[in-house]
Amino acid sequence: MLYDFFLAPFGDAATRRALVAVVVLAFGAGPVGVFLMLRRMSLMGDTMAHAILPGVALGFIVAGMDVFAMTLGGLVAGIVVAVLAGLVARATPLKEDASLAAFFLISLAFGVVLLSVRGGSDEILHVLFGDLRSLDARKLMLIAAISTVSAGVLALIWRPLVLECVDPQFLRSVSGAGGIVHVAFLALVVLNLVAGFQALGTLLAVGLITVPAIAARFWARDLSAMVGLAVVFGIVSGYGGLLVAAHTGSPMGPTVVLAAGGIYIVSLLLGPSGGVLRALYRRSHLEA
Amino acid sequence: MTAAAVQFRNLTLGYDRHPAVHHLSGTVRQGELLAVVGPNGAGKSTLFKGMLGLIRPLSGSVEFSGLKRADVAYLPQAAAIDRDFPISLYDLVAMGLWRKTGHFGAVTREDRDAIERAFAAVGLTGFEERPIGTLSSGQMQRALFARLLLQDARVIVLDEPFNAVDTRTVADLVSLVRRWHGDGRTVIAALHDLELVRETFPDVLLLAREPVAWGKSSDVLTPANLLKARRMCEAFDEHAAACRADAA
Repeated sequence: MLYDFFLAPFGDAATRRALVAVVVLAFGAGPVGVFLMLRRMSLMGDTMAHAILPGVALGFIVAGMDVFAMTLGGLVAGIVVAVLAGLVARATPLKEDASLAAFFLISLAFGVVLLSVRGGSDEILHVLFGDLRSLDARKLMLIAAISTVSAGVLALIWRPLVLECVDPQFLRSVSGAGGIVHVAFLALVVLNLVAGFQALGTLLAVGLITVPAIAARFWARDLSAMVGLAVVFGIVSGYGGLLVAAHTGSPMGPTVVLAAGGIYIVSLLLGPSGGVLRALYRRSHLEA
Repeated sequence: MTAAAVQFRNLTLGYDRHPAVHHLSGTVRQGELLAVVGPNGAGKSTLFKGMLGLIRPLSGSVEFSGLKRADVAYLPQAAAIDRDFPISLYDLVAMGLWRKTGHFGAVTREDRDAIERAFAAVGLTGFEERPIGTLSSGQMQRALFARLLLQDARVIVLDEPFNAVDTRTVADLVSLVRRWHGDGRTVIAALHDLELVRETFPDVLLLAREPVAWGKSSDVLTPANLLKARRMCEAFDEHAAACRADAA
């Protein structure tokens, strides 16, 4: 009975691969999402997700539905847009968010136009919303490789990245690494997006990055705990979402992101660190 | 005469070609304890940003003699610290060890002792595990001084370090400044409290966009000079002609 409900759906090889994919993604995406949130850049992740589209489309035009070509294209497009937006922000009075907003709309429109050159609406849907069901071993390897690199690079830049978030002026006064760290972090965002897009599509790839991280904020006061919780929430929403999808027949990717959304709502209400209900139910203050 | 720590050579700093510091020349000697005094808008913060290389001079130059970036510690006026970031005061203060640990270096047993001593020196023992968002501005200023202690810099630049800080905290922090002076470090601080300057700082630069006077504090802080400084600090003239002093 319990087995039928909780485990039997994963007897199916495609579902099992989908589970491996979301678990692996959670390890790369959760920590990056925490830093995006703390840098007030959560929406920027969304923006970058659109920016990778023309690269993915070019990969598709050149090589068809080939996972490596599309991933490479997405990676290049994402980094180009991130760097261009950064350069424009530094060289003109325009702030980075405004210049990104312009670039991502151009990218999204351009990407859809490119896709329609060769593909039909099926391909467009596939690229926009992904297909967790169709993951093969090659795609899984790619996702796993990218998540591993992401976790490793984040560990390498952890100290300067934290300092760049807390006190950028101080980092500038002791080290010239601020710019490099910022670019490396943007590259991590793009990496996780291209890893996620095979599974969740360009539009929802950012779901496993930002939503678990934002939910974690309501439970943890400490950075390391927040990062750990974001990973756990990502894994739980992956498992829960796939379970619901298996029982109800709903599409896997969006259901996984909805599960993450469910965790967010619960955290928003019950989380000990700023949750809504906790704020209503106040305990008496301490003596000192 | 001791060697120079910082040299200004006909330095002009500003924004959109309008000078905020105009034709400053002079030398800060090693081990000097120098106050930079002047009305709001006199160019004190601009001068410090120029010294630290955070803005590029419109003309002229600043030279540090034989000092690397890590030898100069800078406490900006409104430290741009994200107080919502979830780290402890301990981690914030420990970043003062950056020159030693760099990006990857471990924090050793000795480093931990040094951090404990820095907390004690600024009277914040017991605050180590507090999230930085829970501190008052005076406590935060104490913590930033603890970080400066750990930085162990040859030149220390403080931009209005005693603003919004109570008298007891000022007294504690001033004694740290004296200690740095006693160690032979060069300390340059922008200040408003002239009483404090007279008591503590042997040398003063009175700045009002142009340097008004520079020398021993008793010679500089005269009523005549202070009046002159107040008058000189008028607003930018949108239609000002290009300055010819460089050509001359």
